[in-house]
Amino acid sequence: MRNPETILEVDDLRVYYATPQGDVKACDGVSFDLRSGEILGLVGESGSGKSTATGGVLRTIGSPGRIVSGTVTLDGEDILKYDDEKMRQTRWQKLSLIPQGAMNSLNPTMTISDQIADVIETHEGRQPADALRERIMTLFRRVGLPERIYSMYPHELSGGMKQRACIAMSIALDPLVIVADEATSALDVVVQRVVAQTMLKIKRELNVSFIMIGHDMGLMAQVVDRLAVMYSGQLLEIAAVRDMFARPAHPYSEILIESVPTLTERKPMKINEGITHDPRNPPSGCIFRLRCPHAMPVCSESRPDMVEVHPEQLVACHLWKKDENGSYVRQSV
Amino acid sequence: MSDNLFEIRNVSKIYGPEDTGLVALSEYSFSIPKEPAKIITIAGESGSGKSTLGELLLRSSPPTRGEILFEGVDIWKFNDQQKRDYHRHVQAVFQDPFGVYNPFYRIRHVFDMVLKNYRLASNATQGRELTEEALNAVGLRGDDVLEKYPHQLSGGQRQRIMIARATMLKPKFIVADEPVSMVDASLRASILDVMMKLRDDFGISFLYVTHDLSTAYQIGDQILLLYQGTVAEHGNAVDVITQPKHPYVQLLIDSVPKPDPDNPWPGEIELPAEEALRTPSAKGCRFCPRCPQRMPRCETESPERYDVGPDGHQAACFLYENGPMPSKTKESMSVDESNEHV
Repeated sequence: MRNPETILEVDDLRVYYATPQGDVKACDGVSFDLRSGEILGLVGESGSGKSTATGGVLRTIGSPGRIVSGTVTLDGEDILKYDDEKMRQTRWQKLSLIPQGAMNSLNPTMTISDQIADVIETHEGRQPADALRERIMTLFRRVGLPERIYSMYPHELSGGMKQRACIAMSIALDPLVIVADEATSALDVVVQRVVAQTMLKIKRELNVSFIMIGHDMGLMAQVVDRLAVMYSGQLLEIAAVRDMFARPAHPYSEILIESVPTLTERKPMKINEGITHDPRNPPSGCIFRLRCPHAMPVCSESRPDMVEVHPEQLVACHLWKKDENGSYVRQSV
Repeated sequence: MSDNLFEIRNVSKIYGPEDTGLVALSEYSFSIPKEPAKIITIAGESGSGKSTLGELLLRSSPPTRGEILFEGVDIWKFNDQQKRDYHRHVQAVFQDPFGVYNPFYRIRHVFDMVLKNYRLASNATQGRELTEEALNAVGLRGDDVLEKYPHQLSGGQRQRIMIARATMLKPKFIVADEPVSMVDASLRASILDVMMKLRDDFGISFLYVTHDLSTAYQIGDQILLLYQGTVAEHGNAVDVITQPKHPYVQLLIDSVPKPDPDNPWPGEIELPAEEALRTPSAKGCRFCPRCPQRMPRCETESPERYDVGPDGHQAACFLYENGPMPSKTKESMSVDESNEHV
């Protein structure tokens, strides 16, 4: 799995939240890699651990959560071993975040440009005023914001503009990796399309890598290069987005793809229930078995390993078995 | 008595002073027949006036101008008994299935309150039966949910319980304001399915307020697309979504991300630098500053709604002044189409 162009490698990351009734394993042994200049989508329903997994990568997990084990290798170094000061320097510089709900993540008492200047000067020290202004203007142009917002406050901007201001801030220090947590889900479709276009343009021009968290499969299909599916703290499948849509390997990925309503065909809807178990007391074996239409006895006995069933398509499901030639085939049930 | 459940006559809603305030809904007329029950979708972007229309129908705020008739009577001229009946017949389901519950009470409390306030049952057994009936209608069982606390249920279940609560009152109309937007994509179908079932089996009409055109297409009978407080297009949901006529609606439908990696968005779009102000004195078509097909007159005159197809399919755009074929868009249409098949 070690790829020369891998920029970030997450291996067996475990993040637990302590509760009086025991730990909730919100991120339970998640492994994936992120390659240079790609957008990796991370999908799953609420509570599936998407934000917790990336919180582990950014090391922003607060009490009662804790990173239990695992490694997060960024640019050759395990950032989980960094001390707080080193980690502080790494954030924005190498690893930045476009937070969920940009409306509420900007400081309402500071102008947009002052907030971006703050990020730059905190990391690089005092800058000459002219150079700083020019640099911020360049950032604005990159994300398609007009120059007139330079001295505006967040409340004077529309939702789409605020979201692009957050993107401008996230690329201010030329990071290697940007985590975009539901960056477009509060926007309506036209604005969402503009913000997604902006992200694709940034990816192309700066060769930066994104982890994009979301639950809109339509948007994922439009934007990401590879897609990872999470369910209740575990990664179930990861594959190139075209392969995932053409031949989902995990029953849960199938359900996710089938339940996307389309504008081309009016058809009976596929009805699903949400996560059905108590996260403090997950089922034995496969985490998805209580909802799986193909559950077998073996599914309650052991947790399936992540195996590569097609080139670059990894899935954790007992349905896939090796045949006599050593290649994986999916059993029909 | 009128044959219409609702009649909305020239309603405007302006927030702030009447001459300089923000126009949330402008000169709007529409009627909703008693039968057959329908799911009427109101769609549009944030700030287009969707929720304002829902609020007006729920009687949470009065219109600035115009009147709203319910079964032939102006809802702002009701006496106390009529008000009580109205709030029973017109129910609401809101966006946030997490915020509407009091976390300290079990689910049972939601139903007990309704039973008590409307004196629906003469004894506990009958109350439990009514509750069970309502829960069954949304695909849940009392034994599974009534003794639970809200946090123990999924967003989809919570939203269905809200619909069950509304159903128990045997309403004629439910205003559902973004009922699925905070629920996970994979669970939305369960809620939409319940809405269709209540329409078909119980004859309840819905005002489905949403910004999600794909769900509107899946369940809507009629659709109304609002842009900055004005109706851009309305008609049969399938007609409007498969053959959009108004340039704004075309842009909107093109922008819905298709769940197909090989079928990307057609071309790049820009948002306009400045949004035209929505004061009552603003003239011309609201969409004009963003419209790729604008004409000089669009800046000064407001278009009426013109017929563009069967079953009351209308679009408010001068392109259709002379009939359903657009007057001058040959070039831009063909560009769009060639992009679509790349």
